[in-house]
Amino acid sequence: MRAPPSELPITVEGVSVRSGGVIILERISLVLAPGAPTVLIGPNGSGKTSLIRLAMGLIPPTTGRIAWGGYGATEGRRRAIVFQRPVMLRRSVAGNIAFALRSGAIASPAPRDRIAALLDLVGLAALGPRPARRLSGGEQQRVALARALARDPEILFLDEPTANLDPAATKAVEDIVAKIAAAGVKIVLATHDLGEARRLAGDVIFMVAGRILEHRPAKDFFARPVTPEAQRFLNGDLVI
Amino acid sequence: MLDHRRSKRTAGISELVRAIGFVIVALAASVSATFAQERSIVVASTTSTQDSGLFGYLLPIFKAKTGIDVKVVAQGTGQALDTARRGDADVVFVHAKPEEEKFVADGFGVRRFDVMYNDFVLIGPRGDPAGVNGSRDITAALKAILAKAAPFVSRGDRSGTYQAELALWRDAGIDIARSKGAWYRDIGQGMGAALNTAAAMNAYVLSDRGTWIAFRNRGDLVLAVEGDQRLFNQYGIILVNPAKFPQVKRELGQRFIDFVLSPEGQQVIADYKIAGQQLFFPDARPQTL
Amino acid sequence: MQDGASAFDLILGGDPALYAIIRLSLTVSVSATLLASAIGLPLGALLALVRFPGRAVMVVVLNAFMGLPPVVVGLGMYLLLSRSGPLGFLGLLFTQQAMILAQAVLVMPIVAALTRQTVEDLWVEYRDELTAMRIGPTARVAALLWDARFSLVTTLLAGFGRAAAEVGTVMIVGGNIDGFTRTMTTAIALETSKGDLPLAIGLGIVLIALIIVVNAAAALARRIGELHAG
Repeated sequence: MRAPPSELPITVEGVSVRSGGVIILERISLVLAPGAPTVLIGPNGSGKTSLIRLAMGLIPPTTGRIAWGGYGATEGRRRAIVFQRPVMLRRSVAGNIAFALRSGAIASPAPRDRIAALLDLVGLAALGPRPARRLSGGEQQRVALARALARDPEILFLDEPTANLDPAATKAVEDIVAKIAAAGVKIVLATHDLGEARRLAGDVIFMVAGRILEHRPAKDFFARPVTPEAQRFLNGDLVI
Repeated sequence: MLDHRRSKRTAGISELVRAIGFVIVALAASVSATFAQERSIVVASTTSTQDSGLFGYLLPIFKAKTGIDVKVVAQGTGQALDTARRGDADVVFVHAKPEEEKFVADGFGVRRFDVMYNDFVLIGPRGDPAGVNGSRDITAALKAILAKAAPFVSRGDRSGTYQAELALWRDAGIDIARSKGAWYRDIGQGMGAALNTAAAMNAYVLSDRGTWIAFRNRGDLVLAVEGDQRLFNQYGIILVNPAKFPQVKRELGQRFIDFVLSPEGQQVIADYKIAGQQLFFPDARPQTL
Repeated sequence: MQDGASAFDLILGGDPALYAIIRLSLTVSVSATLLASAIGLPLGALLALVRFPGRAVMVVVLNAFMGLPPVVVGLGMYLLLSRSGPLGFLGLLFTQQAMILAQAVLVMPIVAALTRQTVEDLWVEYRDELTAMRIGPTARVAALLWDARFSLVTTLLAGFGRAAAEVGTVMIVGGNIDGFTRTMTTAIALETSKGDLPLAIGLGIVLIALIIVVNAAAALARRIGELHAG
């Protein structure tokens, strides 16, 4: 059986997104290719969330073009996203994952095994029957991760997944992300935690006010940022 | 893959269509069951025949004999005739002869027959503020009530009883529309409600004897005036005109009328008693077919 | 309290007339609620999820119709079903079917309006996730209705409560016919006006007990919903 065509690379060509007179993203051009995780960093309001939504196909470009390896915005099924504040369905943890499983591209042959495997992966093995809304923030984030992975994605978007979590939960989530990346899933992750960026990034996209200022391999970016804005950002300045 | 997803979606839609279809079929089945329920008729009658319990006694006997269900819609005489004028009843059984005759004359009914009679009685408080208890003269009593402005409850609807009451005021030479005051309480409801109100207010009220005998919430009320010729109350029965309303169940309705007018039916009416008292007196003329 | 005492005699002694009336009332109101829900649930979900011109007006009208006076519904249905009316050929006037239809008309706006509110609130919560998961419209509606099921049960119970307690609609289209269309509420009206209070009180007690049971069931449904879903 032939594998379905890949949704990578994602090619964004000269995309601007405007809404109600406000410029949200300005002349974005980039390619997201398979490989190490891409981390989006930048001050609040720089457009990281919007870029992720754009790349996921949730918001349309006002000008410019975006393609997912030959698929259109709503066609591909092997993309997944974990929102900053994921919403748990009013079901058990296992029920949430099962729902996501059913929404995926391929009907799973042994759903229960798959759900158990996903729960193991995110470290929630014992919590299958628990009502998902009763979990802590960190646990819900991991459920959201499991849901996203249930769809067997080629590319996984994460919008500030550890922003509201304590250090222990943050580490748990980062470990899972690293594991997934190692297994071959392309990760695109937005964060305002520089430490997290350093830990996870293969390449870095630095954004300010809706524009991409730098897109470079992580080692290079952190060692020698090119733009003054990036330098100020890495220094910890508030006003970029 | 794609087929699987598409079939999931169409499965969802076909589930919905099936559910709606089931509801429609169930409703249609129950509607046709109504059609199948042919052995029933609708009789528009008055609250007095119902509240007195006569139908509760008569109808089971009729059903046992013929298997026909009689569904009685009990309203005031005026409303009952209106219901029949819309074709919503098969038979009319009320007590307001002039109205009934007009009903037939206007072509809504086939023919009117006398069935039974009883009488009206004036009910009043034991204390008797108008001083009429025991009298046999209704017009004198009404004049006394007016003179003393004693509380009086009127049906105020289009019932046979109300029309009788208005006729009695006229007989007493009183223009009640002009002479009434705060003592005259026009409630616009049925006989039972009127008696309830009179009991609560300690007022006089004109009632048919049948409802009064069956009435249980008497409070301080007693029978004040009876026996006057003018209190005679005749009941009539009419088949609604199938020529005007093709859906009228002519054959079943006629069987009910025949039964009520037959010696057997008339005897049933005479046999109906409460506390040993006969409520209605059969007076159908022997039928010549 | 003689009347009260004999009321309990009737209830506990299994008086057949009383229980026949109770059975009829439940049949009519339950059927009406089911019928109203078959239309009201999808309609409410549709209004919650689909934007079309005039939607806002329809929502306002539906909310207003939650308070339709029963006698007005009864009158409207009577005019429709009367033999001299447009649907007279169906011969439905003064039947149980007419009562079920009329009560369904009364209850449907309640079910639809409350469903719309519930589904819309839930959709606001779920929208991002369901959109990101590329859930199609049918699966979306199914997921929302299923996840909201405890609130929807409460909605159905509210509709049923309204149907069971009203008297105006069934009185007019049913005719309060002894043994055929006499419900608890119309019987109470009748027996009270006849002065036969024990039966009226007995029915009143049963009716209030029924309403309490319905409300307890609604509270239970909410509680179970919270336990299940958090």
